[in-house]
Amino acid sequence: MLTRAEHRRGIGLGILAFAFVSLFVGLAVLALLGFDATPSHRSLFDAYTWKVLQFTLMQANLSTLLSIALAIPVALALARRPEFPGRLWILRLMALPMGLPVLVAALGLITIWGRQGLLNGLLLNLGLAEPVSIYGLGGILLAHVFFNLPLACRLMVATLDRLPGEYWLLATGLGMKPWSIWRFIEWPALARILPGIAGLIFMLCATSFTLVLVLGGGPAATTLEVAIYQSLRFDFDPPRAIALSVMQITLTAIVLGLLSLLPSTDQTLPASGRRVQRFDGQTWSRRLWDGTVIGCATLFILLPLFSILAAGLQADLPRLVMSPAFLEAASTSAAIALSSGVVSVMIAIAIISARIAIGDQKQSGKTARMFSTVLAATSSLVLLVPPVVLGTGWFFLLRPWGDVTRMAPYLVVAINALMALPFVMRVLEPAIGEHWRRTARLTASLGIGGIAKLLRIDRPVLLRPVLLALSFAMALSLGDLGAVALFGSNDFVTLPWLLYRRLSSYRTADADGLALILGIVCLALTFIGTSGIGTDRSKHAGR
Amino acid sequence: MRKIVLSIFLTSVLASSALSQEAKLTIYTYESFTAEWGPGPKVKAAFEKTCNCTVNFVGVADGVALLSRLKLEGETTQADLALGLDTNLATEAKATNLFEAHGLDTGPITVPGGYSDDTFIPYDYGHFAIVYDTQALETPPTSLRELVEGDPAVKIAIQDPRTSTPGLGLLLWMKSVYGDKAPEAWEKLRGRVLTVTPGWSEAYGLFTKGEVPMVLSYTTSPAYHMVEEGTDRYQAAAFSEGHYIQIELAGLLKSSENKDLARQFLTFMMSPAFQNIIPTTNWMMPAAKMSEKLPEPFDRLVKPQKTLIMDPAEVAKNRQAWIDEWLAAMSGR
Repeated sequence: MLTRAEHRRGIGLGILAFAFVSLFVGLAVLALLGFDATPSHRSLFDAYTWKVLQFTLMQANLSTLLSIALAIPVALALARRPEFPGRLWILRLMALPMGLPVLVAALGLITIWGRQGLLNGLLLNLGLAEPVSIYGLGGILLAHVFFNLPLACRLMVATLDRLPGEYWLLATGLGMKPWSIWRFIEWPALARILPGIAGLIFMLCATSFTLVLVLGGGPAATTLEVAIYQSLRFDFDPPRAIALSVMQITLTAIVLGLLSLLPSTDQTLPASGRRVQRFDGQTWSRRLWDGTVIGCATLFILLPLFSILAAGLQADLPRLVMSPAFLEAASTSAAIALSSGVVSVMIAIAIISARIAIGDQKQSGKTARMFSTVLAATSSLVLLVPPVVLGTGWFFLLRPWGDVTRMAPYLVVAINALMALPFVMRVLEPAIGEHWRRTARLTASLGIGGIAKLLRIDRPVLLRPVLLALSFAMALSLGDLGAVALFGSNDFVTLPWLLYRRLSSYRTADADGLALILGIVCLALTFIGTSGIGTDRSKHAGR
Repeated sequence: MRKIVLSIFLTSVLASSALSQEAKLTIYTYESFTAEWGPGPKVKAAFEKTCNCTVNFVGVADGVALLSRLKLEGETTQADLALGLDTNLATEAKATNLFEAHGLDTGPITVPGGYSDDTFIPYDYGHFAIVYDTQALETPPTSLRELVEGDPAVKIAIQDPRTSTPGLGLLLWMKSVYGDKAPEAWEKLRGRVLTVTPGWSEAYGLFTKGEVPMVLSYTTSPAYHMVEEGTDRYQAAAFSEGHYIQIELAGLLKSSENKDLARQFLTFMMSPAFQNIIPTTNWMMPAAKMSEKLPEPFDRLVKPQKTLIMDPAEVAKNRQAWIDEWLAAMSGR
């Protein structure tokens, strides 16, 4: 369907994106391996590593299962209730946990679930003396569900909302019961995206660091990421750090490989573009159930956020906002987030074009198909390379060419862009793929191409997913502390770094205020990412 | 627009060439030293008055990151001085061969435990202490033994010795008091440990949020709350076995091209002009005489009767083994 030139361009873009990603990661790793450090002579596969490995896999598996199992009913309920009051805002709210620095969210969770938290306060009033403790595996799972249930939910609702309206007309016409709707419509739609979502959540949980230590209750709860950080930051043993990172990537790749073996029906949807309307679930019991599920999920997400709001309002916000330190950090953060968001979206589009171009070839060679798979794997596995490895490696590489702190902003942009890539891909790949299937034949036969195609055919449909992906990536970058902490200097301060600095010098109130501001900015970002919804067919596709 | 850009460019070129006439002293330190409320800005102003030079602070996350940074940069480092290592890192820092003997008279320096060295000079110190919330805990432990054997329902937040210096501090404190019996003591203390955080900030955050009544911090922490916030709510508990000390050090880099200036700064560091700044900005105790009186709340701080400190070489040699021991005790069945 594509012309030969378009093919070449697509594949060329893919090669470029792949080269960028693999060089950025590969060079950092090589630099660290080449570093002449005195090795610790600690064997890599000792009992300690083995324990850490087991725990990492166990908690990541459980967290993924829980997040997804709990997200499914919420997503189904939300998809069934396009007119649910505040639905769009609930979906926007779900983008918030991701944009908050992990420590802030952890403290928010503790205000609700902690020993002195809201829940234990209630239980105490009910006469239960023994407080519920979240420290340990329970706390880790709770926090991971808090971060990942909203993520899974947003992606699932987006998919369900994209189902063609004819399905629901037909389902009503056939008088399908809820169980049949689940079996024939909802489950097949979700099953297609579940392996991808599960993989993403698994990676996020496997590389969890601060949450695991703060809520884990002791060193029995240690992930590989902690061991990597320790070996690079505290013991300064680059070879060991690399070995552990390789272990982390290999293991997760195996898990992702297993996930991709799950049967997934890759159906192309004959979408007509008509307005979607749901006719099912009108009984009172269904309404009550959906309302309860949505209400519980919203409360679960909202309460910790409220505690961040409450704490933040006690800070001296006007002074904080007017301080030069804040203004500078805010503008740095904005620049970093915007750049890394744009870079991430650009890489994702390049990868997707290449995959479409390869898939479009009638006889795509083995190499081409392999490249397509490699591209998909690269774009998700990149999340597993610890920022501390990338940062230290690049620091070492750039060192001979001058002052690294001057180059730090570019490095942070690159690292953040790569970290956001898996998210951006999840949002863009289905949207662009579907758009392409719908329009490719027609545009080819009409001979529309170049700028005209971009403006007339692509922009109206793809602008929203691109904005959504951009807001995802920007929110991630805004909340990121890992990459900045490596280079953080006086001239290069982002908002989370400023927050952390206040926290590390007793200024808790300021930190609370900054957390609130970060939350508001993230909410504003998702607002932009979901704006324009309500104007046409995806009226309630509030993704 | 182009004119503006050009003029900015020219101004910056001119400014930088004007600066290069003056000597420039580059000091690597940790970021809370250089923060706007930290000692950095005041120290810079005070020293620049005396030296006809520019002081350029480069702040990294903490003392450990400082050493890693120097190891990464090796002899190509821009740093003339490193300020912010501590005694536990001293041996490892010396082993890099990047530092040079200071060759100065450290007479003005007096730190508990009497640490002195030909490479590193102390500039401040603090004793580790259990800080408690007087609103949540009426009778704090009076010894490490009482802490270890106390009511498991009264919790404490500590830091991880694998990733933080206070965490390592507590490890050495327990080792100094319990010796070979330290693993058993840790197993007992484990019941009281609410959680082990990666760094000081997380643990202290839990503490000030009221989640936990005790936290591992410094004897000087209450001074911050008393001076800056005017509250006596948070206090440190005095322990009868003594308190482990953290001494912060500065050292001169071999590769420095401004060694005279750097030595001048080290001498300044031992003078009251520098020491006056430390207590209320770095919230640590001065390592030499001040010309001003310490603010009143400092008189009310815990003054450890006994200072515990281990030989840095011994710490460097055994750190890994002791951490493994700690891991086993804290995570075993």
